[in-house]
Formats: sequence, C-alpha cells, structure tokens
Amino acid sequence: MNVVVCVKQIPDPAAPQSLEPGTHTLARSGKLILDDSDAYGVEMALQLAEQAGGGEVTLVSMAPNGETSGLRTALAMGAAKAILVSDDSLKGADALTTAKILAAAIKRAEPDLIVAATESSDGYTGTTPVQIAEILGLPSITFAKSVAIDGSTIKVDRQTEAGYDEVTAPLPALVTVTAGVVEPRYPSFKGIMAAKSKPVDVLTAADLGVGAGANGQEITSVVDAEARAAGEIVVDEGDGAQRIVSYLESLKLI
Amino acid sequence: MAIEKIWVVAEATESGPTTTTLELLSAARSLAGTVEAIAWGPNTAANAAVLGDYGVTTVHDVGDLAGALPGAAVAGAMAAAIAAGQGPSAILIPTSYDGRDIAGRLSAKADLPVLTNITGLEGGDELTTQHPVFGGTQIVNARFTGQGPGIFVVRAKSFAPEPAGGAPASVVALAVPDLGATNTASIVNRHVEERTGPQLDEAAVVVSGGRGLGDAANYSMVEEAAKLLNGAAGASRAIVDAGWVPYSHQVGQTGKTVKPTVYLACGISGATQHMVGMKGSKNIIAINKDQDAPIFTVADLGIVGDVHKVLPALIEALKAR
Ligand SMILES: Cc1cc2nc3c(=O)[nH]c(=O)nc-3n(C[C@H](O)[C@H](O)[C@H](O)COP(=O)(O)OP(=O)(O)OC[C@H]3O[C@@H](n4cnc5c(N)ncnc54)[C@H](O)[C@@H]3O)c2cc1C
Ligand SMILES: Nc1ncnc2c1ncn2[C@@H]1O[C@H](COP(=O)(O)O)[C@@H](O)[C@H]1O
Repeated sequence: MNVVVCVKQIPDPAAPQSLEPGTHTLARSGKLILDDSDAYGVEMALQLAEQAGGGEVTLVSMAPNGETSGLRTALAMGAAKAILVSDDSLKGADALTTAKILAAAIKRAEPDLIVAATESSDGYTGTTPVQIAEILGLPSITFAKSVAIDGSTIKVDRQTEAGYDEVTAPLPALVTVTAGVVEPRYPSFKGIMAAKSKPVDVLTAADLGVGAGANGQEITSVVDAEARAAGEIVVDEGDGAQRIVSYLESLKLI
Repeated sequence: MAIEKIWVVAEATESGPTTTTLELLSAARSLAGTVEAIAWGPNTAANAAVLGDYGVTTVHDVGDLAGALPGAAVAGAMAAAIAAGQGPSAILIPTSYDGRDIAGRLSAKADLPVLTNITGLEGGDELTTQHPVFGGTQIVNARFTGQGPGIFVVRAKSFAPEPAGGAPASVVALAVPDLGATNTASIVNRHVEERTGPQLDEAAVVVSGGRGLGDAANYSMVEEAAKLLNGAAGASRAIVDAGWVPYSHQVGQTGKTVKPTVYLACGISGATQHMVGMKGSKNIIAINKDQDAPIFTVADLGIVGDVHKVLPALIEALKAR
C-alpha cells in the first residue's frame, strides 16, 4: 500500500513568532522544522504500510527556500522519499492555493491513502486536507482518533461532539489524524544517517502545471487585542483556598 | 456591493440547532437583509420554527443523508446552487467537525477562498473579518479580494445568540448532485460518551486541570470542585493527549471555546493555544506553582502555590458551606 503524508515545515513554535511587515502573513524566512502535528501522520502511515505488508510512504510538502530539514526528520523516522514544492511565487499562499499545489504533487505518487493532520500548528485553518481530497475526487474522513485498513476499505474512529463515530470509506481516500492517534517514534541514529541519502524531488508550481493564482483574501491590518486588566497575584501562605472562596462569594457564585 | 443575502450552514443535534448555529444566525441578521439556512438530517422540518425565530426566511434542506458524512453532500448541494446563480453574498459556517469539512469541500468545489478561525465580522459594503493570533494577544483583520461568495468559518461564542421573533422558515429541498467517490464516506456506528452536569461550553463555572496535577488520578479533584460549583470540568491538551481525560474536555484552539463567569485553571501553564479558548471568560482564577506562568497574565486572581494543597483545601471549604 502506498501512502502519502502531507507534512508541513513550520517556524519553531517555541521561538518568538512574528508577522511579515507587508503581507501580515506569518514570517517563515528562518529555519523550519517538522510540524509536531504531522509527526503523528508520519507514524500512522509507517504503521499502516507495515501492516499492509509493504508499500512506500512518500512525504509531500510545500515550503519556501527549498527547506528540507523537517522532511529529513520524517525521512529519518522511516519514510522512503519526499516531494517538495518550493517556489517564490507561493509565499503566503492561502489554503486553497496550497491545496491545489499539494494535490498536484500527491497525484504523482499515486497513493492508496493520503494522511494529513487535522490542523497545522502555525496556520490551523484545518481546511487544506479536505480541499485536497475534493480536488483529487476522493472521500475524506477527518478527526481520526484511530485508523485501520481492511482490504480496500479504511475504518476510522472519528471524534465528534458527543463521543466518536465509526466511519468507513473505500480506498483511495484521505484521512486527517488528531494528536495522540499513535505515538510517533524517535528517529534512530541509523534512520538519521539513511535519511541523508533518501530522494527529495524538488518541484516548482510550473513543474506541476498549477498556476500560483491570486489569493482570494488579504490581511488588511493587525491590531493589539484589548488586554485584560492586571489581576491580583498572591503567593499561597495557606490562605489560597480561602481567597478563592472569597472571590467566588464576591461574584455571588456561592 | 452591499451584502444582500447570507447563507448560514445550520448544524443540528436531536435537541435542535446548535448554539453556534444560533450565534451565526444572529450575526448574519445584523449584516444582511436576507438570511437563509442550509440544513440536513432528519429534523429539518421540526427545526424550521426555531430557525425562523432567529431570522431565517428559507431553509434549504439537503435531506437526510442516510449515514453519509455530511461534508461532501452538503457542499456539493451548495456548490450546485451557486453554479446555477442562486448563491448568496456570503456563507457563514460554524467551526466544528462537519463545518470544517463542508467549508473545505465547498471551497475546492466552487473555487472560492475560505477564511477560518473568525471571531468577529463587520458589515458595510463588504464583510471584514477578525482573527485572534498569538493566543489572542493580537487581532488580524482580513477580507476577501476575489469574486464571491466568500466562505467564513466562525468560531463558537463569537456572537450572542438572540432570537428575532420571526415566523417559521419555509423549507425547500436542495438537491445533492451525483458526487461520485467524494461522497462515499459513511457513518456505520455512533458512540456517545456519558456526561453528567452542565455542558463544558455552557457552564457558568469551568474548573480545568493541566499537567501540573501530576497524574491522571488527581483529575478527580478537578471534577469534584466543578461539581461543588455546579460547573463543568475542562482540561488542557497536554492531559488529553496523555489520555487522562477524553478529548471532549479539552479547552483551547483545537478544543472548546468557553466563556464562563469563572474559569479556574489548576496546574495549567497558559500556552497560547489554551488561552485562545478561555481568555474570553468573565473572571479567571489560576493556581500554579510558577509565578512566571503565562496564565497569570490573564488571571484576575492568581494563587502562586501547589495545586495539591490549594485544590483539596478549596474542596473542603466548599463542602463545609
Ligand atoms: C496546533 C496546536 C494546537 C493546540 N491546541 C491546544 C488546545 O486546544 N488546548 C490546550 O490546552 N493546548 C493546546 N495545545 C498545546 C499547548 O501548546 C500546551 O502544550 C498545553 O496547553 C500545555 O498544557 P498544560 O498547561 O497542562 O501543561 P504544561 O505546559 O506542562 O504546564 C503545566 C503547568 O503546571 C504547573 N505545575 C506543575 N506542578 C504544579 C503543582 N504541583 N502545583 C501547581 N502548578 C503546578 C507548571 O508550573 C506549569 O505551568 C496546542 C498545541 C498545538 C501545537
Ligand atoms: N505547506 C504544506 N505542506 C504540506 N502539508 C501541508 C501544508 N499545509 C497544510 N498541510 C497539511 O494540511 C494539514 C492542515 O493544515 P492547515 O489547513 O494549515 O491547518 C497540515 O497539518 C498538513 O498535514
């Protein structure tokens, strides 16, 4: 079974984030790393391919400046190869443009299954994967908390407001996984060494025959949110609980 | 181009339209002359009265989807209507499991851009949107630039739900065209988790626990305090991912947005993704042993202390009343 995993490479979330002055989109010029949210998808894909008794896991990513460090992390986990779309014309691309590009790249790998995260850590639109499925004419199941393949059918426990639903779809299909669906493995030293020589195919929008097109949206301004008034911060001297009780009383909640 | 007609994707459960749907309808009414709903499922006719009360004139009924995941079918029906020239000026969709599926499908199918994580909308000649970034410390204002209708995916609790006292809406069928493979995901079984007490996103008091609780068993303190205050128990994602509590308890960017009268955070650091889901609470109390924890920047009352001491003492004090 061939599986494609969409992996986003993002600015380190632990580092201070900023917006580009002109476009107000997230600054992505520094080093990028594998989005944690996608580590679950990579692990899921590796496990499903193993269970199916073979097949390849291919990574697909769109990122500026030919960035591959996040891809190398995922290759070190065990993916076989990667397709990277990197093109100056795609800077600040909106979700639909991103989906068109990724869909065209994914097509090249002819997957039985496409795995993505429910939402990225930096963009969190949560729409890109379903847009990809629609462009490729495939069914999609989002918010998977467990995934199994049974012959040519995918079976998913999908999170819901009330609990979860068992959902099935015929392959090929797209699934988005939630954090915690599987425990991502740490790349081994051997894996890290092997990743250095795994193939990464670098493509432009033109190679894929997709016009970068115009974004249908723009950010007009960024303003500071109204800050909450400073509160009272006290060190507990054994009276912490009593202070909370008094506070709740003052609100007439007790 | 003034905003004439808005479609609201109207989600419903057995007990009627969801609260977020009613919030979106209330917002839509203040932005456009005509508000219409897109609905599906077995109870659409029964919901027409409530939808009308919230200002809907016409409900476009996509029908009972017979177990299909709604995303493809609902988006397919809407896209067909838009292609036939019957589309609105704007489409509002709740940020929810199915709402996001519908938004993604519709965007790709009709080649329309989509704006997500919206917490504010302003009208006029065109709609402008507000999106919190960096844990809600800054607000991005945005708008669509191309040919509409734009797709607006709005977060829960962004607007107050207010009935308008309208007559029941008329229900008209909206046909689903043949969608091929895209419409083949189907629900074969549903599982409902048991819940007691008020709903997390509707409770007046929310007591939430995080990794500072130390281990899963200590979450019972959070539940007990919540119960004593007639509130609901919430959680940070860290302890949901760790399997201490079900996802339905999660507060934050990928969980619930809550705006209770009091939010009590116990052993939660206050990561931006957590704060975006609770910053709108009227009063925030935090217990954290680290005086530099970011949660204290939004707390009205902050107790720098050990949650294993403060929380049991609070429970005792509440029980003694
Ligand atoms: C894409 C994305 C989406 C996310 N969505 C969400 C979301 O929806 N909701 C969410 O919550 N998080 C979300 N997160 C995760 C978020 O970034 C944090 O990792 C998470 O909120 C941390 O949870 P925590 O505060 O329980 O744990 P920690 O950050 O580990 O904090 C534990 C806190 O407990 C305190 N503590 C420890 N011991 C004690 C003690 N004995 N007494 C008192 N205090 C103590 C510590 O000082 C610390 O501040 C998301 C992350 C990403 C990348
Ligand atoms: N530029 C990208 N490259 C690869 N995958 C992406 C990209 N953007 C989004 N995705 C995938 O789509 C998921 C949801 O992204 P988003 O719509 O930004 O929340 C991500 O977690 C990835 O799996």
